[in-house]
Amino acid sequence: MKPSEVDFADVQGLVRFGFGKMKEASYAHLRIRNPAAARAWLRSAPVTSAVSREPPPAVALQVALTADGLQSLGVLPSVIAGFSAEFLTGMSDENRARRLGDLGNNAPSQWQWGYGRSVPHLLVMFFAEPGRLQPFVEECKGTAWNAAFEEQRWLGTADLDGMEPFGFADGISQPQLDWERKRDVTRPQLDYTNVVALGEFLLGYLNEYGRYTDRPLVEADSAGASDLLASEDAPGMRDIGRNGTYLVMRQLRQDVRGFWQFVHRWVSANPGDAEALGAALVGRTRSGDPLVPSAEQGIPGIGPDADEVRLNQFTYAQDPMGTRCPFGAHVRRQNPRNTDYPGRPTGLAKLITMIGFGPRGFRDDLISPVRFHRILRRGREFGPELTPESALTPAPANEPERGLHFICLNANISRQFEFLQNAWTTNTKFSALTGESDPLIGNREPLPVGPSTDNFTIQREGLRTHVVGLPQFVTVRGGAYFFLPSLRVLRYFARD
Amino acid sequence: MTPQSTFTIMAPIDPRREPELLELLSSMNEAPGQAKGDNALVPFAQLDTLHFARFVILDDKTLEDVRVYDLEVPTYPRYLAFLGDVDGDPTAFLEELVQKSEQGLRAIFSCCEGFEQGTDLAGWMKDHDTRVIANYVNCRGRTVRRIREETALKQALDEYLHTHEAVLGGDPPREILAKLQKFVADEKSAGRLTLSVDDPTPVGWWIRNALHLVGVPLLLLVALPILIVVAPVLVIRLRYLEKTDAELCARVDQAHSDALAFLEDRDVTNQFNAMASRKLGFVRLVTLLGVLATVDYAARHLVRPGRLGRIRTIHFARWVLLDGKRRGTFFSNYDGTVESYMDDFINKAGFGLNAIFCNAIGYPRTNWLVRDGCQDEQKYRNFLRRHTLPSQVWYKAYPGLTAVDLERNRRIREGLESSSMTEQAIRDWVALL
Repeated sequence: MKPSEVDFADVQGLVRFGFGKMKEASYAHLRIRNPAAARAWLRSAPVTSAVSREPPPAVALQVALTADGLQSLGVLPSVIAGFSAEFLTGMSDENRARRLGDLGNNAPSQWQWGYGRSVPHLLVMFFAEPGRLQPFVEECKGTAWNAAFEEQRWLGTADLDGMEPFGFADGISQPQLDWERKRDVTRPQLDYTNVVALGEFLLGYLNEYGRYTDRPLVEADSAGASDLLASEDAPGMRDIGRNGTYLVMRQLRQDVRGFWQFVHRWVSANPGDAEALGAALVGRTRSGDPLVPSAEQGIPGIGPDADEVRLNQFTYAQDPMGTRCPFGAHVRRQNPRNTDYPGRPTGLAKLITMIGFGPRGFRDDLISPVRFHRILRRGREFGPELTPESALTPAPANEPERGLHFICLNANISRQFEFLQNAWTTNTKFSALTGESDPLIGNREPLPVGPSTDNFTIQREGLRTHVVGLPQFVTVRGGAYFFLPSLRVLRYFARD
Repeated sequence: MTPQSTFTIMAPIDPRREPELLELLSSMNEAPGQAKGDNALVPFAQLDTLHFARFVILDDKTLEDVRVYDLEVPTYPRYLAFLGDVDGDPTAFLEELVQKSEQGLRAIFSCCEGFEQGTDLAGWMKDHDTRVIANYVNCRGRTVRRIREETALKQALDEYLHTHEAVLGGDPPREILAKLQKFVADEKSAGRLTLSVDDPTPVGWWIRNALHLVGVPLLLLVALPILIVVAPVLVIRLRYLEKTDAELCARVDQAHSDALAFLEDRDVTNQFNAMASRKLGFVRLVTLLGVLATVDYAARHLVRPGRLGRIRTIHFARWVLLDGKRRGTFFSNYDGTVESYMDDFINKAGFGLNAIFCNAIGYPRTNWLVRDGCQDEQKYRNFLRRHTLPSQVWYKAYPGLTAVDLERNRRIREGLESSSMTEQAIRDWVALL
């Protein structure tokens, strides 16, 4: 059966576009003051869809809700119960915080928002081309806004022209969504691909396991359900998840001075140069070039654009010892670019590998297949720019915070965002390393017992280099899990 | 080599004493579920041959699942399970245990049925040691002593390298190895490092192991004519059951999940207990026993050190059947979070997992025993989480170390002691540092 086409008019635009031309953006965190007024505002809100327009729109509006928000809006408890456990319990849950590495000064109790009463109900995101943001915000708010919502905070963003605050090119690698629904996930994947099943990023479609991720379904004849799309896997049910997804938001403060001052301090006492050490920590040069050579064969979902090929047509297969790009480098942790089996076995060799008699190297086969752990990043920076050069000067009094409003989209928070955050970011044992978390975004919380966790290893042809005493560069200032509904479902939630 | 062994003491709890038991058990912990090494009841850390230990109350909340087969819910006793993985002979270990913690153990076991003041503790424990039907050891013969010595070696090397990195940095691998060999030899002769030679392998164990290695295939060969006749019938019946057995994979109760999570991720290693009722009938019983016998044989004789199939994060694991083989339990010690553990199971060992767990009531539907099942990953995660039980007390002799850490340290030591390595092997060795 040919799968039905995706109705872009039903999907919020952020799933398909980063709204890159809209250099200005502002995020409102809202609590619902009056549910009826809030529903009325949502019904009339000009939420931007994923339909591609020529010329592209100059402004965009997106809306997402937390579990608290759904409840306050008056969504039926039986519907809310169908969302994932991590969405329902929230990011600041104590046990979850331990998994996510939100400990010490990252702990939810230290956050500016996202803990207890400071969990927002709604996230309303405004995007606009330069100079158009304020009028657009005022226009969208309209008259119902103040009656409907209590503004908790506005999170402003900054345009650093394609750089993230530390001064590295940002947002280079993104999965390509299989919008045509052609991807065959039933066979083991022996080659790295950048094309990922739609169901990893949108609910209601097949995911990388060839299944439908759990989400709320309602009876077709239940109240308000007649406008909803049918579920593909449950006959007679309407799909609340379809064309919607989860949005993870984390406010990350970046200590840009701390980063570059550490790097320079280190290279003044040890051999090497600052650019090279910075690149080793990140896994790319500041301009974004990978540290490993380009793959000879093309990678599905990368290119044909020459810049994209230069920046992304690579895997770590040619760097099995980590001597070009350290195993622990930020981008190698976040996307190890591996496959379902080590060493690309076929036929009998695959069977042999499957039962555990494949490659026997120390580091072989330690990392989970990446295709189950991709995220779509949609974050934006905040705070004033600070170049790596000026970062070497001492901080003035009242230094403003700078960093990233990290935003990612995924259909299964625990298998995607949380897995990345735990197994690949916080885990000090990633890829047979020991005593180091992600050099850029990891915490440096010591284990109850065992080696210190503030190291970074640069593998070499001979003896590796250990960078020790790495400070914590990124601090979590807030965070929450949201549901980014389809436009139909948003109307369903907001119905009279 | 000193092979490891296990003890699995299980006894029904006296229901009236359960609150007291829970209090006793929690008094042994320094963090939720994490045993204090020198707690007053069972000072685990004083037992030099103990790798892991745990106390678990086997309180299966899923007994009602048999209703899908229109059966009445049976009543089973709630067991207290006391499990451990030790070096060498379990009887010798239990004797030492009694010597060091008789009072504490008496206090705990007095909450079990049939344990009186005058009961012979060692004999009682032996009587209640339950048969392990399949057992996995990450690395046979890697004793606690070896682990401690090799950890100390790694630490000494780390410190040496920290101060000598600049000097050694330009050296070719062979030179680095030679210098470190000299450093270690000096440390050993100065008495700062010890790398003991393994004790000889007990002859009795060696003979039993060899008999098992040969005996099981021989038995199979003898039984082959019967198997050939019976197998098709079994397969046809199994195929029918696979297609009709009920799935019970509902979302886990949040309070249950939270209670489990509360105990998890406090070390790099976690404990895991799962318990379920077996599907009814002869076919399922035979399938389960056959698969577990295969797993046990493979784990004992075939798998490579450090690997259970493709999984490299499990220190010890065992399967135990209870109550006339009507119920099964699985216990393990694994590295990382439960999410990554499940991820490993699904992506790396799905076939084996399916073959075992599909004989439990409610498991997601399999296809030819090994396919599908856990590929329905959310159902599978729900199923397993629902069947997971918390460990009231859990002890690990080497906190902060993963199985891969232990493997690295072992490889470092072996390289140091090796007299002939190829250039490639030396390069690989230097990369371990």
